[in-house]
Amino acid sequence: MLDLYDFYNKMERNKIMLSFKGDVTSELLTSILQIMEAKLENLQEEAKVKKKVYNVLVECLQNLYHHMDEMSANTDIVADDIDPKVTRSAIFMIGKQGEHYTIITGNYIFNKNVAGFKAKLDKINLMDKQQLKEFYKEVLAEGGFSEKGGGGLGMIDIARKSGHKLDYLFDPIDDTYSFFNLTIRINQ
Amino acid sequence: MAELLNIEGTPKTPVIKFDPITGKLDLKGRSIPENSIEFYKPLIDSLELFSTAPTKEMSVNIHLEYFNTSSSKCILDVFKKLEYIHKGGNSSVLINWHYEQDDEDMLEAGEDYQAIIAVPFKMVEVEE
Repeated sequence: MLDLYDFYNKMERNKIMLSFKGDVTSELLTSILQIMEAKLENLQEEAKVKKKVYNVLVECLQNLYHHMDEMSANTDIVADDIDPKVTRSAIFMIGKQGEHYTIITGNYIFNKNVAGFKAKLDKINLMDKQQLKEFYKEVLAEGGFSEKGGGGLGMIDIARKSGHKLDYLFDPIDDTYSFFNLTIRINQ
Repeated sequence: MAELLNIEGTPKTPVIKFDPITGKLDLKGRSIPENSIEFYKPLIDSLELFSTAPTKEMSVNIHLEYFNTSSSKCILDVFKKLEYIHKGGNSSVLINWHYEQDDEDMLEAGEDYQAIIAVPFKMVEVEE
């Protein structure tokens, strides 16, 4: 049996306000954003903090959403090999420790995409505030978006608004998949 | 002739009002849809049609509380249409970019667009 109390304690220690595991749909995001907005309201955060947390949260969750779509639509892999439990499933947690908000997301990624994605994250992590601003404008003006309108700007925007480096880890699972962990701390 | 556009706001999408007779365009609320391209298409199409016979002056009011990066590209596409109209010489366009007091991110976002688009911008600070 699942040790529920252990589970509870881990979440309590990490001051998790909300967590979810499963399929990330548009309806789910609408509900989660409404819940988080109410929580931020109840915590009586300054308007500035509320906006920042909300903004970064929207980007993090919509990144997951668009990523799920891309995973399911991947045509390089034989349909039989695509496990819907893997491609449509993700985890996220939102916590507040002291004065910092933390957003943690986890999702499967194809091993073949890891190197390219890692290079992109590292590039962003080397930039300071001003460089991020310039890079954002460059990518915005150039376009280079996927059809869904996601990609490209999301991670740059998260790094820019959160004021912290993108803390990430790729956990190898098997020959096909790794599990991508992303932790975002938000400066108040 | 472009038709009057009156799109109601939702928790994820802004109010869009565009009157091709007066040349007034308002965008207000939050813009965080997952599929922004689909949402902004009617406005882009309307501006495309309007650009063939624009009004002498065009007043654009952008008053967004939040927008996601997926919307940011669509907003740029809207501004590119406005730039095309402005550059045509038959219409003078002004973009009023509203941002709430203390919302530096929103002010900066407006300045980013101002740097990319050749249309006069006016930064308007509003009280929360």
